[in-house]
Amino acid sequence: MTMDYKPAIHFNDVSYSIEDNQILRSITGSFPEGKITTLVGPSGAGKTTLLKLCNGLLSPQKGEIFIKGKKISDFEPVELRRKVGMALQSAPMIGGTVYENLALPMELSGDKLGKEEAESLLQDVGLEAKFLERKITDLSGGQRQKVSIARTLVNKPEILLLDEITSSLARTSLKEVEELIALINRKFGTTIIWITHNLQQALDIGDYTWVMMDGEVVETGESGLLRAPVNDRVKSFVQGGAE
Amino acid sequence: MTYLTLSITLIFVVIPLVLSKTLNLGLERDTIIATIRSIIQLLLVGFILKFVFDSESLLYIFLMVTLMIVAATHNARNKGASIQGITWKLAATFVFVEVLTQGILIGLNITPPTAQYIIPISGMVIGNSMVLSILFLNRFTAEVESHQDETELILSLGGTPKQAIHRQLINSIKASMIPTIESQKTVGLVQLPGMMSGQIIAGADPIQAVQFQLLIMFLLLTTAAVTSVMLGFMSYPTLFNQRMQVIQRS
Repeated sequence: MTMDYKPAIHFNDVSYSIEDNQILRSITGSFPEGKITTLVGPSGAGKTTLLKLCNGLLSPQKGEIFIKGKKISDFEPVELRRKVGMALQSAPMIGGTVYENLALPMELSGDKLGKEEAESLLQDVGLEAKFLERKITDLSGGQRQKVSIARTLVNKPEILLLDEITSSLARTSLKEVEELIALINRKFGTTIIWITHNLQQALDIGDYTWVMMDGEVVETGESGLLRAPVNDRVKSFVQGGAE
Repeated sequence: MTYLTLSITLIFVVIPLVLSKTLNLGLERDTIIATIRSIIQLLLVGFILKFVFDSESLLYIFLMVTLMIVAATHNARNKGASIQGITWKLAATFVFVEVLTQGILIGLNITPPTAQYIIPISGMVIGNSMVLSILFLNRFTAEVESHQDETELILSLGGTPKQAIHRQLINSIKASMIPTIESQKTVGLVQLPGMMSGQIIAGADPIQAVQFQLLIMFLLLTTAAVTSVMLGFMSYPTLFNQRMQVIQRS
């Protein structure tokens, strides 16, 4: 990317593998602070692995990642994961009620989540206060994803990582979640990195995009690049492979 | 019982053989092997025990208990192959359980420090600890596998490895202890325990046999709890690295 911006996360020649399986190869690039960057590319491109590296769920074997200029390896894991929140693709829940799930991040640090705070979080993600006592099993896919995002917001992350959170949602829920992401970015100035298979979504919501294939970043730039990619592999992916 | 009488009891082996043959169960070979192995192994153990009891040597008692621990470790370790250093963790658990139980029994003068008491009780304790370990490891590896997303969720929210694995660990400890607790609830009502039955058949006073059986049952409760908890708390850290990450395997 050639744009002028302050990087929230910077990758410097980062590679990651599990035993002999090379998943990411020499990734270099930055995610702009306060912006929404989408990660697109076919399955198995290494997008989820890249997000997990940002959150410290994984560490690279080679290269260095910087979070707001500080080496990721200099962060305490717990501090890093609270600063860089992540909503997982399957929106896993711990069972029980919506409140119990929202309270989880505070509970993990030995604190309690007040009811008013929980209601305000629900409001932020477009759910009514009455949802607090609802059982997780009674939620729709869209509501579940909203609770998952609200739970990640409890830690007040400066950077929010979203792993294909809309992939299994119906059209209405999908629109609601898209609006929610844009709102979080505007309201809190949160940097968002969002994996999506939906190129229209990347064009509509994302400011910037990274296209990944076979563990490499093959093209980056403003989201509009998806309308006229330069790289031949990206062209063929945009024309045929994606939604 | 004479050897002639004992040989007549082989009729109890013939019955399953006939059933297997008639119903095409295909278990004849395994039944014969199991019978021959049990005869050889038990007779051998009988002679060894007689030798150890007669010698009254602490060294032989120590060697017998060591052999039990080695055999139990060897038998259980395959179930926890995915846990780093499982062999030593199992061995440490069995040694601890053995030292704890014998320490209390002998230390408080509940049983005398002779081969006649130490060896059979150690056999029951280590054997039970081995079964508990297998139950625990089976359940724990399955729980870890099936709740990977929950573990990842808690880590991603800033939880520690202990918090991330807590539910799976507690579930596995409880699940492995349930059979021991449940079997004790119905003891005497549904079945008479083997040791007590053996003592009664051998002519012991039933009340004394019951007293010994109660001792063994309480001992096995401790064995179950200590084995599961100790193995659990030694096992879960090996799933994570220093950076509080789940160790990845392809």
